[in-house]
Amino acid sequence: MTFNLIPVLPELLVAAAALALLMLGVFRKGDSTRDATVLAIFAMGAALVTLAGAAGGGRQELFNGLFVLDGFAAFAKGMVLVASAFTLAMSLDYLKREKIGRFEYPVLVLFATLGMMMMISAGDFLSLYLGLETQSLSLYVLAAYHRDNQRATEAGLKYFVLGALASGMLLYGVSLVYGFAGTTSFDALAKLFSAHGAPSLGVVAGLVFVLAGLAFKISAVPFHMWTPDVYEGAPTPVTAFFAVAPKIAALTLLMRVLMGPFGELTHQWSQIVTLISIASMAVGSFAAISQTNIKRLMAYSSIGHVGFALVGLAPGSDLGVQGVLVYLAIYLFMNVGAFAVILSMRQKGRMVEGIADLAGLSKTSPGMAFVMAVLMFSMAGIPPMAGFWGKFYVFMAAVKAGMWTLAILGVLASVVSAFYYLRIIKVMYFDEPVEAFDRGIDRPMRLVMAVSTLVVLLFSFVPGPLLTSAKVAAAALFPAG
Amino acid sequence: MITALIFYMFAAILVASGVMVISARNPVHSVLFLILCFFNAAGLFLLLGAEFLAMVLVVVYVGAVAVLFLFVVMMLDINVAELRAGFLQYLPTGALIGVILLAELLAMFGGWAFAPDVEAIVQHQIPAVGHVTNTEALGRLLYTDYAYLFQASGVLLLIAMVGTILLTLRRREGVRKQKVADQIARTGRNSVEIRKVPTGGGI
Repeated sequence: MTFNLIPVLPELLVAAAALALLMLGVFRKGDSTRDATVLAIFAMGAALVTLAGAAGGGRQELFNGLFVLDGFAAFAKGMVLVASAFTLAMSLDYLKREKIGRFEYPVLVLFATLGMMMMISAGDFLSLYLGLETQSLSLYVLAAYHRDNQRATEAGLKYFVLGALASGMLLYGVSLVYGFAGTTSFDALAKLFSAHGAPSLGVVAGLVFVLAGLAFKISAVPFHMWTPDVYEGAPTPVTAFFAVAPKIAALTLLMRVLMGPFGELTHQWSQIVTLISIASMAVGSFAAISQTNIKRLMAYSSIGHVGFALVGLAPGSDLGVQGVLVYLAIYLFMNVGAFAVILSMRQKGRMVEGIADLAGLSKTSPGMAFVMAVLMFSMAGIPPMAGFWGKFYVFMAAVKAGMWTLAILGVLASVVSAFYYLRIIKVMYFDEPVEAFDRGIDRPMRLVMAVSTLVVLLFSFVPGPLLTSAKVAAAALFPAG
Repeated sequence: MITALIFYMFAAILVASGVMVISARNPVHSVLFLILCFFNAAGLFLLLGAEFLAMVLVVVYVGAVAVLFLFVVMMLDINVAELRAGFLQYLPTGALIGVILLAELLAMFGGWAFAPDVEAIVQHQIPAVGHVTNTEALGRLLYTDYAYLFQASGVLLLIAMVGTILLTLRRREGVRKQKVADQIARTGRNSVEIRKVPTGGGI
């Protein structure tokens, strides 16, 4: 038996980089946080390049189908790598300034990224679970990373306990499915379900448990309770990381599980996804209105965005998956940019997190206010910005599948959520400035802000590359059609 | 006949000690009964011919997990009376949830169906009994078909270790640690000092 390890090369690279940086940090005298972070960003870039090289040429299976690399996985992994590299770059100066820099930070981010890539490429419930745990375990530690801060340790503990519970539910669901089928392979399960039609009660219960476990990881309502507390308590760069990469990974994983092994049971899970989606959009829109802390606001905003993304998943169609991928790609840039602004909110050398602190930003630092305004307009889904198109594609998928109620509720929720996004713009442009932010935004932040604003602004004019690659990626999930 | 007798002996002790785990007043006794449980379960595995699982159960659960429990119980000084304070108050709610769960589980497993070809799928991976030992059969699967998962578990454990060290290790100032190398390298020359003491004076 010969092994072709090329498809798994990006993962190997990330894992090797994490191990090497761990050694570097342990054996080098002095603080090597900065060097390790920069090297980790380079490792992610290298992984992205090897991914581009490895991904060509259709679906490749490794390790008896435990690991799958197809167009869909490559697209999602690309997004995860970009998001992780951006958030690492944004944390460079924060860690130094807050004096909480330790070399384990980039190592753990690398391990979390490795877990996400393994999740995305899972071809079996076993590899799904191990990838998910690799990611989650790193994230639990990252949430509590600032261990002398009471809020951070509380966030880490809360996340850990609830996350362990969710993993337990997921495993229970998997064991029920295994009890029915005698296999955990996605392909074998898909064949089995397509051959036997209506599933038994036990399989449906298993499906529900798996869904519940994964819904926790994407913080969809009713499994969202941990999100605001963890987002508020964790150090801000970690929050930025939480809000983007793990969400993308877990959502793509959810798509693969629902379209792959459970692809024949669409009518079973579609109603659950619809319900979760509506509930997430509602909570994300209404609960965010009364928030005063911007990190909590971003937490509710991310819950709402997950709800919108799930609108595209509910029909279980090719078009829907494509819509979700476009949505996630746009969500990545909007969120990364918004967090770059939040990370630059400093007054007299300390971080501030209140929405009221943004008052009069247009007068004190107009550039930052412009970036934030563009991103907020985009998140609210106002036409020339990219965010509008993300919503447009997922709602179109729902409409094409005849799910009018879902689409209409989604549009209504989007209108409600526009209120709090626009309120931030109002605070920045029409309120009197209280106290100016510190001058001198760090260079990586400027870069991230510029890139995300450009992407959000220019997507309407050059939508081609993203749309076609999302289409190719979505097609990989539907081999027959 | 003898096998059946041994089975019933192991099973009876297992159930009885399981009951004792949750009903013993002293938490330390609970843990000791738990260890008894594990030993009997290992016996049951042996009867099934799964010697590897029996060994692992004893080594991992008795040797590591139960001993860890014992440490925790002894060190934390749990007040049992305090833990049971709200017992009666929460009993109705707890019992209701338990009954609902039981009904759901019964409904699910009552209507349980296996996929028609499940036996063929499951037995596909099991080598013929008598050819290889348990340990060898598991090892063959683990290091070939499941090598990817084996490595992934290794990464997972490494993360757990890094995380634990990151969150708990603190370098304290002023701790006097024994440095064996320094002690051995110490010679008379750099530790003994000869001074002339003047008559009638001190140092």
